[in-house]
Amino acid sequence: MSDPFLIGDAMTGGYGKGPDILHGCTIAAEKGEIAVIVGPNGAGKSTAMKAVFGMLNVNSGSVRLDGEDITRLTPQERVVKGMGFVPQTSNIFTSMTVEENLEMGAFIRRDDFRDTMTQIYDLFPILKEKRNQAAGELSGGQRQQVAVGRALMTKPKVLMLDEPTAGVSPIVMDELFDRIIEVARTGIPILMVEQNARQALEIADKAYVLVQGRNAHTGTGKELLADEEVRRSFLGG
Amino acid sequence: MDYLNALVAFLNFVFVPGLAYGAQLAIGALGVTLIYGILRFSNFAHGDTMAFGTAMTIIGTNALLALGITFGPLPTALLALPFGIGATILLVLFIDWLVYKFYRDQKAKPVILVIVSMGVMFVMNGVVRFIIGVRDIQFADGERFLITARDFKEMTGLDEGLAIKTTQAITVVVALIAMALLFWFLNKTRTGKSMRAFSDNEDLALLSGINPDWVVKVTWMIVAALATTAGVLYGLDKSFKAFTYFQLLLPIFAAAIVGGLGNPLGAIAGGFVIAFSEVTITYAWKKVLVYLLPENLEPDGLVQLMSTDYKFAVSFAILIIVLLFKPTGLFKGQSV
Repeated sequence: MSDPFLIGDAMTGGYGKGPDILHGCTIAAEKGEIAVIVGPNGAGKSTAMKAVFGMLNVNSGSVRLDGEDITRLTPQERVVKGMGFVPQTSNIFTSMTVEENLEMGAFIRRDDFRDTMTQIYDLFPILKEKRNQAAGELSGGQRQQVAVGRALMTKPKVLMLDEPTAGVSPIVMDELFDRIIEVARTGIPILMVEQNARQALEIADKAYVLVQGRNAHTGTGKELLADEEVRRSFLGG
Repeated sequence: MDYLNALVAFLNFVFVPGLAYGAQLAIGALGVTLIYGILRFSNFAHGDTMAFGTAMTIIGTNALLALGITFGPLPTALLALPFGIGATILLVLFIDWLVYKFYRDQKAKPVILVIVSMGVMFVMNGVVRFIIGVRDIQFADGERFLITARDFKEMTGLDEGLAIKTTQAITVVVALIAMALLFWFLNKTRTGKSMRAFSDNEDLALLSGINPDWVVKVTWMIVAALATTAGVLYGLDKSFKAFTYFQLLLPIFAAAIVGGLGNPLGAIAGGFVIAFSEVTITYAWKKVLVYLLPENLEPDGLVQLMSTDYKFAVSFAILIIVLLFKPTGLFKGQSV
């Protein structure tokens, strides 16, 4: 089997000199697919994603993007390589306008990025309407759209979202998921950590259930939804 | 009652000096606020950076005068200002490389950087005195007045005169230009926007590929330019003395904090708030009140709320009052 587009392979590691949080954890995303990481609180979901993005020490195992080993690169270097990352919190420049947020997203690009901005405004029409407003004045759901839009400005080859629906209402959550599916349809693989396991599994092409930093279950979203054990342990029956 | 004369006296003794002083504080506070917003510490060496820039400008001015070059009716110091700015930029970049970079790389807490900046302050304090001495230096030349009190009286036939010093007019004009340039830079250019982004959310700025070293360098350069400009304007308007500049740190910090640390617009507003409160509270209002009140109510005393010796107390009283009601300053600043 050929390597997936993005893979964090058998990663073991933790923050700084602290104890290991991940133990041989493997996470991958294929082109045009949505991969989600779910699991109970403290399972290392966000940690696994941060490991893939280079924000903590991976002591063993490797991270590969499009066949290239990027395990030793800094997060900034990974952005240049084509990884887009939307952190869970503080993921926008609150004092800057929506448009300036998008411009900052495109900071590493030296070419004309107006086309990309137009595409993002097409994807998130509300942002076009509010483009001259300070991003900090927007609602939670709109902020998340700014955050995703900012990450898309580099035209990333893969997009990583850390709990994009944290703290938004169920209606806004559905809308955000719709948008994420749209982004995936443009061919960008998406790796996403989600708290709302059921909804996330419904849209997932590939899903990873982590427990205590280890892969507990892996499969398509539908398989895991149907899996008796997964249902019992994480989805409440 | 004579409203017109009262108004002229008010303009002459309160408004015009307050406006010029406010503009000087505002440019000084802009430097403090930029360092706070981007390098995330209160730079106690700012007053001495102003003193250094002014000292360099004075040396440049003397050199120009020795060569027989003057700026006509305007002070020669304005011609020497670019030299002063250049020298100050080199100095602050050197200090950053020598001192602050070490602590930045260690991710030192802001409070440590504050203490470090105090050390830098004492060193610069000495360096400036070593270079230019401790005495009072007048370096304004050219035309002294735009309008003298006597000309004004002759023109209008009023009892009160309105004198506008050239240096006051220059202060306001130069301050406006400096502020316009700064805001254009911060809001319209790629580097300026990246500085705002860095100030807003450092982690996300790094994720977006903004180069922190470049942002820090540009910040120091702008701060050096602002500090030198503020120092030269203050020195032209009053006089240069190393110790006075060290003391200026207090109202400048008050201005930056009242406006909201990290917020450039706040620094400007804060500068004028502090300047006008200092001037209005330490001014002897008798002259104005004489025109406004009927003869039998005429005040006997000077109607000066506080002696000018207490002017720094005024800054701090304003500071405390504002922070009690708006903890992040008049404009939304970063919380301290």
